[in-house]
Amino acid sequence: MKLLVNFSRGKGRKPIIAQVVRDTGVLINVERAVIDSSEGEALIDVPDDQCQLVRNSMTSLGARVRMLEHGISLNERVCVDCGACISICPNEVFSFNTDWKLVLTEERCVLCGKCVEVCPRQALILPL
Amino acid sequence: MHKSLDLINERIHDGNARVVTAEEMPSIVGELGERGALKEVDVVTTGTFGAMCSSGAFFNFGHADPPIRMERIWLNNVEAYGGLAAVDTYIGATQQSDTRQDQYGGAHVIEDLVAGKTIELRASSHGTDCYPRRTITTELALEDLNQAIMCNPRNAYQRYNAAINTTDRVLHTYMGTLLPNSGNISFSGAGVLNPISNDPKLRLIGSGVPIFLCGAPGMVIGEGTQSSPAGGFGTLMVTGDMKKMSPDYLAAATMHGYGVTLYVGLGIPLPVLDLDVVRATAVRDEDIAVDLIDYGVPSRNRPLIRKVSYAELRSGSVELNGEMIRTSSLSSFRRARAVAQDLKDWIEKGTMSLALPTRSIDTTRQVKPMHQISKGPRVMDIMDRQIVSISESEEIKTAAQKLLKGETNHLPVINSEGMLVGIVTTFDISKAVANPGKAKLVRDIMKKKVVTTSVDEAVDIAVHKLEKFNISALPVVDAQHHVIGMLTAINLGKLFGGRWLK
Repeated sequence: MKLLVNFSRGKGRKPIIAQVVRDTGVLINVERAVIDSSEGEALIDVPDDQCQLVRNSMTSLGARVRMLEHGISLNERVCVDCGACISICPNEVFSFNTDWKLVLTEERCVLCGKCVEVCPRQALILPL
Repeated sequence: MHKSLDLINERIHDGNARVVTAEEMPSIVGELGERGALKEVDVVTTGTFGAMCSSGAFFNFGHADPPIRMERIWLNNVEAYGGLAAVDTYIGATQQSDTRQDQYGGAHVIEDLVAGKTIELRASSHGTDCYPRRTITTELALEDLNQAIMCNPRNAYQRYNAAINTTDRVLHTYMGTLLPNSGNISFSGAGVLNPISNDPKLRLIGSGVPIFLCGAPGMVIGEGTQSSPAGGFGTLMVTGDMKKMSPDYLAAATMHGYGVTLYVGLGIPLPVLDLDVVRATAVRDEDIAVDLIDYGVPSRNRPLIRKVSYAELRSGSVELNGEMIRTSSLSSFRRARAVAQDLKDWIEKGTMSLALPTRSIDTTRQVKPMHQISKGPRVMDIMDRQIVSISESEEIKTAAQKLLKGETNHLPVINSEGMLVGIVTTFDISKAVANPGKAKLVRDIMKKKVVTTSVDEAVDIAVHKLEKFNISALPVVDAQHHVIGMLTAINLGKLFGGRWLK
C-alpha cells in the first residue's frame, strides 16, 4: 500500500520516517520525496497488513497521512495508444499488449507525474 | 503474369475480391510465393495514424445578411486564414488559440466540429459597398457549413527519423519529450503498414487515387509538400470530406513544450496488379530503416547516431553502445491497423473501388534547404572577448574582488588545465557571504552544470538557451572546453544597431 505523507519541518526537524521505522519495525520503502526547509512530502510503500500501524505512528508524530489506493489513471476514451508515455516512465508502468493497446501496471506507479505532461492527448490523470 | 485494374474492380463489385492488410501480406507471400500471392490477393490495404502537423480544412460559411467580406477570422479564438473569398477560410491544425495557447488550436476546432460540437465564429472586415458588414459573431456546427473540406498539404510520410538526445538536459520537441543522456528514443510511423513504404516507386499512389482519410472516403491530390521520395521520405497531399469523418480517426494533440498538432488516420488501398506490387507489399518492419538522429544539436544537419529499423524501434528498446534504450512511439500502430482493417471492410463490401493515378508523382524529387541570403548573426559577432575568469581553488573573497574589478556578474571557473568547470555569479557570492558556513573556496559555491555556447552558434540558439534556463550569460567555449569569450544579455544590445537587420 502506498501512503502519501506530508509533514512540516517547523519544530526541531524530527526524523519522522526514521522514527517510525524504529518504533514499528516496519521497513518503509521511500519511493519519492521532496523535502525543503519548511515542509516535506514523501510517497512511501509499506506492506498492506502493516499500513494502519505505520499510518497511526506517523500521525502521532504530527504528519498528515493519506492512503493512495490508485496510481496514475488513463482516460481510455481519449488515449490513442501512441505510447509516448512508455519510455518516459521511470518505473515501466506502461506497455503495449499484443493488440498494441496501451496497458498500465498501476501498482508500479510512484505518482511522479512525468507522464502527465508528455501525453499528447492529456489522457493521463494523477489521482490527487 | 498481370491482373488488370478492371478485373480487380469487377471482383470488388461482385464481392469476391480477396483483400488483405499490408501487415498480413508478408506471410502470405512467404507461404504462397510471389506468383501464388499475385493469384490469390487482389488488394492490399495500408494504414497510418500519426501526428501530421501539415493538416487543415477549407470552410465555406455561407453569406450573412447584411453580407460581410471576412478579413480576419477566428474559430473558437483560433485565427483562420482571411485571404480567400468573402466567406471562405482555411484553418491550419497547428494554429494556436489567442487565449488558450497550446492547449487549444486549429486541430481542436477540427476535432470539435467532427465530434458534433458547436464552435464560435468571429470575423471582422473594413466593409465595402457590396459587403457593408464590418463584424459578425455566430455559432456554427459542421452541418451549418456549406463545405468543410479537409485538405492536408503534407501527410503520410513514408518514414520518419527516430530521435535521441545526447545532451544532459531534457528536450521538448515535435518528436515528443527526449530524456537527457540518451535516456530514450522517440519514433513515428506505421512501418509495415505505411502506404508509400508499400509502393516506394509510387506506381499506384498518385493524383486521383481513392483513400481512407479520418474515416471518410478521400483522395490523393498529388505530391505532398517537402516530399523527397528519392531519399525515401515521400509525402502526399490529400483531401476528404470532413462531414463524413469520424472522431475515431482524427484527434487533436499537444506536444508538450512544442505546440498543437493533429493525429490523422490515413489508408490507401493498393491493387495487386503484378509481381512488382507483390514484392513491394511484402515489405516488413525489418526492411524499413530510418536514421536515429541526435536532436541535441539544434541545427538542420543533426548528427546520425546509427540506422535503426521499425522492427527494432517497435520492439520496445534499441541497443546503443551496449545499453538498451527504451523507445516511445508518437504514432499509434493500433489505430493504423484499424485504418487498414476498416479500409479492407469497405473494399470487401464493395463501397470503394480502386483507381490508378491520373498523374504520377515524380519519384526523383529531393527536398532542398531554404535559400538564405545571409547567415544571420553568430555568437562570435557579438560576444565579449575580454574574459575575467577564476580558478576553482581560489577563495570566495578573491572571486568577489574579481567581479567588482571586472564589472561583471558572471565568473567562469577554470581548473588547472584551463578548462571550464563551473560558473559563479554575484548571487552565489552574496549567498555565501549572507550564510557563512563551511564554504571557503570557489569550487564550494560554483554551479557545476554550466550552459555554454560556441563561436559559430547562431545568436537565436544562444538566446533560446538564455530564456530556457532563465540565465543571463553563457560562457563561449572551444572544442577543448576552454573559455574564449562570454555572451551576456548586454551583448545582445549590439543586435539592435541595425547591422543585422538588413
